[in-house]
Amino acid sequence: MLTRRIIPCLDVKDGRVVKGVHFLNLRDAGDPVELGARYSDDGADELVFLDITATLRSRKTIVELVQKVAENVFIPFTVGGGINSVEQMDELLRSGAEKCSVNTAAVKNPDILTQAAQRFGNQCVVLAIDARRSKTKAGHWQVTVKAGTEATDIDAVDWAVEGAKRGAGEILLTSMDADGTQKGYDIELTRAVADAVNIPVIASGGAGTLEHLYDAVVKGHAEAVLMASITHFESYTITQMKEYLRDRGIAVNL
Amino acid sequence: MLVVIDYNVGNVKSVCNAFDHLGCPVELSCDRRKIEAASALVLPGVAAFGFAVNALGSLGSVIKDLALTGKPLLGICVGFQMLFDKSSEFGTHNGLGLVSGDVVAIPPGRVIPHMGWNKVVLPDDMALFAGLGTEKHFYFAHSFYANVTDKTAKIAYTDYGFKLPASVQKGNVYGTQFHPEKSGQQGLQVLHNFAQIANGRNA
Repeated sequence: MLTRRIIPCLDVKDGRVVKGVHFLNLRDAGDPVELGARYSDDGADELVFLDITATLRSRKTIVELVQKVAENVFIPFTVGGGINSVEQMDELLRSGAEKCSVNTAAVKNPDILTQAAQRFGNQCVVLAIDARRSKTKAGHWQVTVKAGTEATDIDAVDWAVEGAKRGAGEILLTSMDADGTQKGYDIELTRAVADAVNIPVIASGGAGTLEHLYDAVVKGHAEAVLMASITHFESYTITQMKEYLRDRGIAVNL
Repeated sequence: MLVVIDYNVGNVKSVCNAFDHLGCPVELSCDRRKIEAASALVLPGVAAFGFAVNALGSLGSVIKDLALTGKPLLGICVGFQMLFDKSSEFGTHNGLGLVSGDVVAIPPGRVIPHMGWNKVVLPDDMALFAGLGTEKHFYFAHSFYANVTDKTAKIAYTDYGFKLPASVQKGNVYGTQFHPEKSGQQGLQVLHNFAQIANGRNA
């Protein structure tokens, strides 16, 4: 039976892991390679590295980072942040990343999902969606781009469905409202997207307790849960998370 | 020396990294002479099947001929799928035909791709799994799978609502649908076992 995945996320800025609240007020959380190796040793199923600066200069840094991580960590990892071409994805995959996530570039040019899927297979193509609860339409979420700084009129659930159709093999779904608050995932959003698509959905944003992880899987129907604050600042170990889920009847790789 | 076939698809580097980590000398190459001189070959692959087959080009028949003469060959993920007769991913494409079977879409009715860690039941007569016990989790990421029809192949399965072939062994031809280079310690053990096979210690 396929197990549910625990995925620590490492937001990288100037070669360091950082973590903020609602994408702001960044705190330093350590060296990405060191942290990645530590999480892997602790039983992480996968890692996500997000280049949150995503400038031309940082792109070079991130390729070097991917190479270093791949030399030291033998679990899958996804790289994202500012990726806007199939060539960039190719470089990152060849450097050792297992998957690439695209966000703003896919909103601007959805065809990038199809091109990437035809070249790398859809299992390499992660569609990252940063969603914010709509202030005008209850039960709806708007897609935001450019690291959450720019709202669009696109409905998050519709976009997830279209992204999957176009070639995304996985959705990394972040609630902008919940991100960094440690008050729990947006379960409604997670379930709305997970039930609308047939590809795995990773719940992201808001994890603060072990129960939040359980809720994302059981109530939110997420295939995987992503977290940052609660692992970086050592509230819980990955093993503790997995034991908690296992003891409540969820299959995990332990 | 082990040679990992370099054919311009994603993630060949990760396989080399894993062998490096194990202290096992390995060379990444697409040079025919080096491939012919290798103690064993690894055919990795993160790509769509058709893209991989095209990228492999004429090296495909070189690898096939060497495998038929007894050189140990390990196919990983799409490299594993290419061991079979043909695939229907984005059109029909021929594989190497070293093991009988077709690569077909995972049947609907479940989340696709099959992505994540799944438990593989390990038959004790498959050399890749020496020292790993009766079952272990490995990392999978694929939407197509090999429907193995070869009666002479040993098969290890995982359960994804149906028996999904996770690994095959047919003589000197080995393959894993999962990624041993991304499957933590147990994955490294699989690669270690293949390196032992290449050295003739565990064939």
